Amino acid sequence: MANPDKIQRVKKIAWDLRADVVRMIGVGKPGHLGGSCSLAEIVAALYFEKMHFDPKALDDPNRDRFLVSKGHSVLIQYAALLELGVIPREEMGKLKTIGGILQGHPDLMTPGIEAVTGSLGQGLSIANGMALTLRLKKSPARVYVAMGDGELAEGQLWEAAMASARYKLDSLTAIVDRNRIQATGPTKDIFDIPNLEDKWRAFGWNVLSVDGHDVGAILDVLDEAAAFKGGPTVIVAETIKGKGVSFAENTAAFHNGAMSQEQYDKALVEIEESGRMAQ
Amino acid sequence: MTSPNLRIAYGASLVRLGKKDDRVVALEADLGKTTQSAMFQAEFPDRYFQMGIAEQNMASTAAGFALSGMIPFIHSFAVFASGRAYDQLRNSICIPNLPVRICGSSAGLSDFGDGKTHQGVEDAALMRALPNMTVLCPADSTEVEQMMDCMLDWPGPVYFRINRNDLPFVYPVGEPYSIGKITKLRDGNNVAIFGSGVMVSRALEAAKALESEGISVRVLDISTIKPLDREAVINYAAGVDAIVTAEEHSIIGGIGSAVVEALRGVSHAPVEFVGVPDSFGISAEGYEELLTHFKLTSDEVANTVRTLLKGKK
Repeated sequence: MANPDKIQRVKKIAWDLRADVVRMIGVGKPGHLGGSCSLAEIVAALYFEKMHFDPKALDDPNRDRFLVSKGHSVLIQYAALLELGVIPREEMGKLKTIGGILQGHPDLMTPGIEAVTGSLGQGLSIANGMALTLRLKKSPARVYVAMGDGELAEGQLWEAAMASARYKLDSLTAIVDRNRIQATGPTKDIFDIPNLEDKWRAFGWNVLSVDGHDVGAILDVLDEAAAFKGGPTVIVAETIKGKGVSFAENTAAFHNGAMSQEQYDKALVEIEESGRMAQ
Repeated sequence: MTSPNLRIAYGASLVRLGKKDDRVVALEADLGKTTQSAMFQAEFPDRYFQMGIAEQNMASTAAGFALSGMIPFIHSFAVFASGRAYDQLRNSICIPNLPVRICGSSAGLSDFGDGKTHQGVEDAALMRALPNMTVLCPADSTEVEQMMDCMLDWPGPVYFRINRNDLPFVYPVGEPYSIGKITKLRDGNNVAIFGSGVMVSRALEAAKALESEGISVRVLDISTIKPLDREAVINYAAGVDAIVTAEEHSIIGGIGSAVVEALRGVSHAPVEFVGVPDSFGISAEGYEELLTHFKLTSDEVANTVRTLLKGKK
């Protein structure tokens, strides 16, 4: 069981990351708020508790890697890298601007970003290549990759899923951000993928489930995943799209929506309040 | 002794690179006996990754290898390596400019029997359009070996267009090569023929035939299709009365297009293309028969030169 102090700390950080996501998006400009907020606790748990990741040694060959295969949600990874001091604070206001280093989707021009993702479906394959290399080099490093539940319609992910199992990549932890909403509506209506856990199991994976906003449970399930040997583990994380921003929760409108000044202010107030309650 | 078969020269070179540098890994999509990546498998089973018939996954997996410091070579038929996995090459590999080597084997019409679905006649056009991608098309086995020697240090992604069959040697052993070089294989004053791949030896035959008619032809091998040495193209095209390009590729987007792009803004002699018209391939009983069907012959190259020169008078 995770230590209560650690849980408190990660909880607080997750809310801080959400606030930075809102600030990065700003007012009147579209930004991928929903899918970034659903990943906040998971990303906070990885970067601030579980991952072997030294912000001063980005090239350490033995660092753990984290990839956001659903690349549009990279804002939450930017927020973590900002918090760690990897990305300079002054870049926050320059998201998606010429001259800035924060692209709309993950790009190697940003320090701390491990791969180019965003053309959906490619992150798990890239993670496999990393895990295979780490095995060749006898590195203890782990590779984490977050995918969207809508993204799972991409056939390449299932090619990759077969490959991870064929090569028994137990240094790999995949996370499905199951927020059940994709760009144009509920995943159930757009392209339902029933029996998700059974599908992963049938593809040869160790399957774990978690409430993707319960930090204690996330920390425990990440340990459980890392302890599993002989094959890859996927964590199906039940999440809420837009979690923490009332008007953005459970709606496709803020998959990539623009906030009015009023909404922006409200989002920050709500997040700040939740962060305080988490103390 | 180098085999005249380009695939065998490729496989042997890959083994040679594997011995030299343990960053070299090979990924295969169940065509290893054809692409000859199997030679690497036999030598380095731990650095050989069978990825199954899943080219898209193979391409992005290679990106993961490259991001971790390796030099991955991925293999399939040219048509699948370039087309099936285009988006993965574009996004996983070319945007981050990773040193992935893409072996597009059985390129052009060289898989003569399998027909339209397996004959890659537009792969160079696709690959040439990708920023950061280097596109190579060796004319013989010697050039395959020389190109492979460049693969350990070349910084970005490389697409290799490799013919399936034996091709005549056009390179003397020891002829130096570096990526980007356009090699002058024959000197002449009246006509410039730019060729690539199988058409280089045919261009040389055409030049010989034309010489007996008093037409002096220079033959250039564009084996680095991209980055194209624009200055060299302009220089080699200067002072002649006709320019012909010859390639086993669609006339849309291949070296014909590349040469004309290079010559834009510069006054130059009339240009004509020898290549596959805007069409898919077709099944044939033999490679030579298929090349003849698409008029990819030395006679056609020579006739094209004659026609251009006639129009000039």
